[in-house]
Amino acid sequence: MSDTLFEFLCRMGDNTLVLGHRVSEWCSHAPVLEEDIALANTALDLIGQTTLWLDLAGEVEGAGRDADKLAFHRDVWDFRNLLLVEQPNGDFGQTMMRQFLFDAWHLSQLTSLMDSSNAQVAAIAEKSSKEVTYHLERATDTVIGLGDGTEESHARMQAALNRLWPYVGEMFISDDVDTAMIETGIAPDPASLRPAYDALVADVFRAATLEKPQDDFAHKGGKSGKRHSEHLGHMLTQMQWLQRAYPDATW
Amino acid sequence: MYAQMIKSTGEGVKSLEDMEPQERAFQERINAGGKIEPKDWMPDGYRKNLIRQIGQHAHSEIVGQLPEGNWITRAPTLERKAILLAKVQDEAGHGLYLYCAAETLGVSRDQLTRDLLSGKMKYSSIFNYPTLTWADMGAVGWLVDGAAIMNQVPLQRTSYGPYARAMVRICKEESFHQRQGFDIMMKMAKGTDAQKKMAQDALNRFWGPALMMFGPSDENSVHSAQSMAWKIKMNSNDELRQKFVDECVPQAQYLGLTVPDPELKWNEERGHYDFTQPDWDEFFDVLMGNGPCNTERLEARNKAWDDGAWVRDGLMAHAAKKRAAKLAAE
Repeated sequence: MSDTLFEFLCRMGDNTLVLGHRVSEWCSHAPVLEEDIALANTALDLIGQTTLWLDLAGEVEGAGRDADKLAFHRDVWDFRNLLLVEQPNGDFGQTMMRQFLFDAWHLSQLTSLMDSSNAQVAAIAEKSSKEVTYHLERATDTVIGLGDGTEESHARMQAALNRLWPYVGEMFISDDVDTAMIETGIAPDPASLRPAYDALVADVFRAATLEKPQDDFAHKGGKSGKRHSEHLGHMLTQMQWLQRAYPDATW
Repeated sequence: MYAQMIKSTGEGVKSLEDMEPQERAFQERINAGGKIEPKDWMPDGYRKNLIRQIGQHAHSEIVGQLPEGNWITRAPTLERKAILLAKVQDEAGHGLYLYCAAETLGVSRDQLTRDLLSGKMKYSSIFNYPTLTWADMGAVGWLVDGAAIMNQVPLQRTSYGPYARAMVRICKEESFHQRQGFDIMMKMAKGTDAQKKMAQDALNRFWGPALMMFGPSDENSVHSAQSMAWKIKMNSNDELRQKFVDECVPQAQYLGLTVPDPELKWNEERGHYDFTQPDWDEFFDVLMGNGPCNTERLEARNKAWDDGAWVRDGLMAHAAKKRAAKLAAE
């Protein structure tokens, strides 16, 4: 049981860790000051959530690892985040499309987790859901604004959607870890979140005048850790560099 | 400082007797500690000077995001990453209120941004130095934010209301920034040999540039005299620099670090530390665009602005469509 719970908590924490890192890459380079501040806010929330999820993962594992140890001392094959969140930022449109596609899943996942049989999971979900409600609202407004903006912004948002849609399906695929979570009442069946997700994104794409790609093919291998994209390794070389170069130091 | 080498109208300070009644009433209000508000009458020189000063301060906050932003993706722990991100975000916020304060004087944020991007307006010389190790995040917080606070605390009493009020909030956040910088320095200075070496190296590189932040001696400057009469500059550059040195030296000693100045010693008679002036030739080189990072800093700001053009245009176009639809529905 503790093995699968550890695995599940790493999935939650690695999603927020990797996406938080990606979003933080924007700091001081955003299109306008207000967006710079909003992106930093989102990254800050996600990093805070990471600490909660990964500290709990470390506690469940019982091997003396805390959130920092898990974040900075694991290699690519030990990461359990969705492939979607490790995709590079691209332009601002791609960043915000990735955020929207993730937030729409993240909020419904957290909402379900608020009823988790595990009280600590429920508490983290409750705290996080307040922040993610705002993330989803902002990402929705931005996707609509840019989708239904100028010809150029529309074309860029459609390109971003086409580029990222193949990474959406992974959020709803189940494996043995999910089965164990469903059986113990800790987390919902991933597939059960799909209908509401599809309805929500369809509404937003309609308002944004964007077309959802016909093909629902889904890349997988992120949340199982079996096959990440090439991007994650490069991200880790930067993120983990100080910890790896000076392993005996405290910061 | 964040606003260095601000030139005023430069005609020398007029006496009250030489002023027309309107200007005299304005100056008397300032002398009595009153505030000037956006809709009040003010001399052209006062308005122009403030636009330059507040604009330069705002630009410094925005360009100042870059040297620290440089380490966000390499921060060594989740907590340090969050703190640094929050700090750089605060700087964007400071830029935002300062641009708003400048807008009350009749200049737009877009105009000020264009003047920054074209190189017409300046920002503080300090941000043209590179951040090379994690200890630089400590040194920047401790020394750079420390120097900024020296200047900004008195500016909370500056004569222009919107500027003074922006400064109250900024100072609160800056003092948190300085503490977090010192906290990083403490960890580094008490850490492994490699960390101590990084801390000393950061102090060696940032000490001179931090002293330069106050600007060259302005004892005989007509510009400074006018700004001081208007209470938009509250202390002389030398006075603030001395205060900064007097405060930092014991802090460096506490950290077990050596201030890179062989002439530094306590002067019992003056009740201050004697210290070596920074390299003013280097300062003027940086100001002329030849600092280690001037080109990269402006390139980064220009790239962010240019790459973001389609986003700003897209969102404006959407807002216009929504307004039109709302009108049509009414």
